[in-house]
Amino acid sequence: MSYSEKVIDHYSNPKNVGTLDKSKQNVGTGLVGAPECGDVMRLQIEVDETTGIIKDAKFKTFGCGSAIASSSLATEWLKGKSVDDAVKIDNMDIVEELSLPPVKIHCSVLAEDAIKAAVNDYRQKNGLPELKFEGSVVH
Amino acid sequence: MLKLPIYLDHNATTPCDPRVVEAMVPYFTNTYGNAASRNHPFGWQAEAAVDYAREQIAKLIGADAKEIIFTSGATEADNLALKGVFEMYRSKGNHIITCNIEHKAVLDTCKHLEKEGAEITYLKVNPDGLIDLKELEAAFKPTTILVAIMYANNEIGTIMPMKEISALSRKKGVLVFSDATQAVGKVPIDVNKDGIDLMAFSAHKMYGPKGVGALYVRRKNPRVKVTAQMDGGGHERGMRSGTLNVPGIVGFGKACELCMLEMDQDAKRLGILRDKLESSLLKLEEAYVNGSTQHRLPHVSNISFKYVEGEGLMMGFNKDIAVSSGSACTSASLEPSYVLKALGLGDDLAHSSLRFGLGRFTTEEQIDYTIEQVTKTVNRLREMSPLWEMYKEGVNMNMVEWAHH
Repeated sequence: MSYSEKVIDHYSNPKNVGTLDKSKQNVGTGLVGAPECGDVMRLQIEVDETTGIIKDAKFKTFGCGSAIASSSLATEWLKGKSVDDAVKIDNMDIVEELSLPPVKIHCSVLAEDAIKAAVNDYRQKNGLPELKFEGSVVH
Repeated sequence: MLKLPIYLDHNATTPCDPRVVEAMVPYFTNTYGNAASRNHPFGWQAEAAVDYAREQIAKLIGADAKEIIFTSGATEADNLALKGVFEMYRSKGNHIITCNIEHKAVLDTCKHLEKEGAEITYLKVNPDGLIDLKELEAAFKPTTILVAIMYANNEIGTIMPMKEISALSRKKGVLVFSDATQAVGKVPIDVNKDGIDLMAFSAHKMYGPKGVGALYVRRKNPRVKVTAQMDGGGHERGMRSGTLNVPGIVGFGKACELCMLEMDQDAKRLGILRDKLESSLLKLEEAYVNGSTQHRLPHVSNISFKYVEGEGLMMGFNKDIAVSSGSACTSASLEPSYVLKALGLGDDLAHSSLRFGLGRFTTEEQIDYTIEQVTKTVNRLREMSPLWEMYKEGVNMNMVEWAHH
């Protein structure tokens, strides 16, 4: 199986690899996947408390090239978005942007899950109710 | 100058040795007769070439030329052995003993036979990838007609104790079949000393052409027969019909002759290179060899790099270096290698494995480059692995509540 140019680019030059201080109140962390499944994604957002805009996003991913690319792309898209808009990122947007083949769609689902988990972590830290997502993407 | 890409996937297939190709060429255009044409020189020449190849092949495994049944490859030979024995000896019993790290060509054939009324015992292997002889001994029943154990495993290269397995089977009067696809031409095999009654192997794993293989079927002590699985002209002593692939068989013969001559030096040289590769990569933290390092083919190494996923790892260098992984990220099931799991590896380690298969044309320069590239990529991916970070922070990952998906 060959990878798309964009997957290769994100894999070779991943954007926003790193760790934010998860103890900070304006940092939300999402950890999804499991080692046994072959992919684990940790995605973090740092929110500007006055504007509600995500000012920084970082990821670390254990997984195949498509999983790494999906999370790298997700962090790119998250920066500059409001927390409310962040959860509107759909896994199919990632699939399209990276031209992921059907067997790699789960990588994009994982990235969407990670975004939602990070947002909920942030909301919970800040006394906001957890968002429920219809048609749970967890599979 | 190092030429890229480097091929280190010789358990999947090997290149044809140029000397093999050279031997084959005349049999496409000049000596193109059908080996079964008994009435003209074209047929006689083809038959003579096949007979000569049969000798070359038989010699490599200590067999008689008449005991070689040509097939399209090892998968067909596996099918013929298992189904053929089951049908031929069904009146004696329906029980077959095999193990859970066999190639799919054996395991899936066994599953097929279960539907036909066979009873199959799948022996487990220990963490070294070897079966327990006591478990084998205990598995025999009055209805057992066959023990089917591979000579060497395709993923981890471990070599089964064939002599001991066959000694036990002989005592019980049970036939022994071995899928020796990975072992023939790589380590010395003698069907008599090893006590093997049927053995499958293939040309393309030993620097011969693809599309040709053989089933060794013992003719004496005991005389073994298999029921043909294809109807036709009754070639190959009635066990496998179909016009013989003369150029392929000539190449197969030449490949066996070369292995016979060069096996010792190849094994020695590749063992040194493999050990260099392995010991260098094991300098990385949390890297582990899978399967026995004692009972193992000299040119294979299977290593798990914990906290890095195999497919992602390969992507770091697969433009330049061809290896394979026990991670099954590309398969629909997302299940990692059943062989590695059978060793008792957790799914996480199975997902983190790479198989290196060296070959006749592998050079030290290629190995040095591979060490450098793999080391670099493992380190780079660990820097972006959340699991590596947790490991370094001392988090007990068994206590983490993973969101299984």
